[in-house]
Amino acid sequence: MKRTNRILTTLIFIFLYIPMVVLIVASFNTGKDITQFESFTFKQYVRLFQDSSLLQLLGNSLIVSILASFCATTFGTVAALGIHNLNPKMRKAAMTLTNIPMTNPDIVTGVSLSLLFVFVGTRMLGQRNSLTFWTLLIAHITFNLPYVILNVMPKLKQMDKSLTDAAMDLGCTPVQAFFRVTLHEIMPGIVSGAIMAFTMSLDDFVISYFVSGLDFVTLPVEIYSYTKKPLQPKIYAMFTLLFLLILVLMIAMNLIQVYGDRKKAHSRTAGI
Amino acid sequence: MSKELIRLQDLTVEFDGERILDGINLYFNDHEFLTLLGPSGCGKTTTLRIIGGFLKPTSGTVTFDGKKVNDVPPYQRQINTVFQRYALFPHLDVYDNIAFGLKVAKLPKDEIKRRVSEMLEIVSLKGYENRSVDSLSGGQQQRVAIARALVNRPKVLLLDEPLAALDLRLRKDMQNELKRIQQATGITFIYVTHDQEEALSMSDTVVVMDKGRIQQIGRPEDIYNEPKNAFVADFIGESNILDGVMLQDYKVRFFGRVFDCVDKGFAPSENVDVVIRPEDIDIVPPEQGHLVGTVTSITFKGLNYDIIVEFKGFKWLIQTTDYHGVGSVIGIRLNPEDIHIMHKSEYSGMFGDYSSYSAEYDELTEDAADEEAE
Repeated sequence: MKRTNRILTTLIFIFLYIPMVVLIVASFNTGKDITQFESFTFKQYVRLFQDSSLLQLLGNSLIVSILASFCATTFGTVAALGIHNLNPKMRKAAMTLTNIPMTNPDIVTGVSLSLLFVFVGTRMLGQRNSLTFWTLLIAHITFNLPYVILNVMPKLKQMDKSLTDAAMDLGCTPVQAFFRVTLHEIMPGIVSGAIMAFTMSLDDFVISYFVSGLDFVTLPVEIYSYTKKPLQPKIYAMFTLLFLLILVLMIAMNLIQVYGDRKKAHSRTAGI
Repeated sequence: MSKELIRLQDLTVEFDGERILDGINLYFNDHEFLTLLGPSGCGKTTTLRIIGGFLKPTSGTVTFDGKKVNDVPPYQRQINTVFQRYALFPHLDVYDNIAFGLKVAKLPKDEIKRRVSEMLEIVSLKGYENRSVDSLSGGQQQRVAIARALVNRPKVLLLDEPLAALDLRLRKDMQNELKRIQQATGITFIYVTHDQEEALSMSDTVVVMDKGRIQQIGRPEDIYNEPKNAFVADFIGESNILDGVMLQDYKVRFFGRVFDCVDKGFAPSENVDVVIRPEDIDIVPPEQGHLVGTVTSITFKGLNYDIIVEFKGFKWLIQTTDYHGVGSVIGIRLNPEDIHIMHKSEYSGMFGDYSSYSAEYDELTEDAADEEAE
């Protein structure tokens, strides 16, 4: 029983990670054919860093992801605070409302946002080219918001309610109480919300495809247009780097969490 | 006479149509140790939260130092609170927790340092400055919470069941400690508890509450010796409560006998509740007794025996240091000062009859429950 479990688990991990391995191997291949590994090289990586248009795209994606996750984290945290302070009935309703966009198919969100932007842009603001960097950013903030709220809410619920009372008792205005006490308590939720928003933003294709114009395009949208012809190996190199970036972020997030838990557990045992 | 500091006038609080506080009128004197005592849900914590400014009353006024403070937020009141589960800030160490209020008030650094170390001395936590609050024991966390509140030199300290989470030994130590701190600082303490012993041993004034109303206000001795109604008599210590008739001043009739008592001022032939404390009853040989009864159960309590004695179908609880076996016939004598007379109230008939109480009965039902469980 134990052995079958172990074998199954191994198989699942192989299944999950083999595509990444193939991609990584391909990024070090001298030949253009993925089916045949000729010899090992870093050439693709050199080429990648010489290709200014690809780097530009990567830069675009990073700019949108960072800005969108920053804004979504700020707004999301404020929203979570507001929802948390509602009475239980309203809170439940508000949480359902914030959860719906998450389960909504991306293509529906993308098309409806696109329609909205075009309508507002051309009809109300009278612009000819209504899909810009700003519409893309707004769209990304929109779909990131629920993820931040979802991460921050449980931390607010876990927090001892009397902590804010205590802060106000000791002279803090509600705003001071938030920055001096509440923020520290819910920080882990904010950080994981921000990282989640960042990764969601970085890899979004469907929604971005509908809301970006010609003058500002993100990496996934542009790569999609490449796939009609064979992909260049330097793109594999870039994907490998992106994969590593996300991997490092995830490991860092987990380490911070483990370290935090251990520190708490350690200080607790020290007291006894 | 110390001066009045806080006054609550016709205070009413309602949540979703439910009345939590019902017309509270109460004043607090400067330098006083006042305890709000009552069972859970009696409104004592709600009263405390109103004084702290965390809750606005539905109607009525709160006056502090002669000024109406209904709408003054907690951070502008000269009041600090020790919360039930301490509510220490987990991300700050002991020093920063205590210094919190002073830092918010932007006091000079050296003054903060001086006052915090002075406070650490008072609560005997010197040397713990850099410890994380999670690493402290319950009693130590408690003292940090007290220091964090007192360092701001409030006019009033509110304490919401601060000892509830501690074990018995520590609770006793902390009771003495709190009383000592209160006397040393002269700060008004408003203390909330459901523990009657705690209330009686620490307070200058005890306010007994139930169902959102004040049942009795008085010094601990008065509350114990002269309870105003059956609820207070039962909640503060154990009481036998019987129906009686007040014939005239100093004469009361119950169990078909007329007893001398020390109470007066009742209407002629008024129906009253008669309270007799189990420890006040003297046991004598049957032929010398005012009343004669049969022991139906005996429980060893350490300091004394709790015996249940049946008198004409009514069961009394009597506390005695002598052993009286089940079935033995004893007489009791009641001195005039052992008999306390109360007006009838909505609580009459609800407390003070030990007919339903018996250790054997409890054991029997527990056994039956166990068997059912198996």
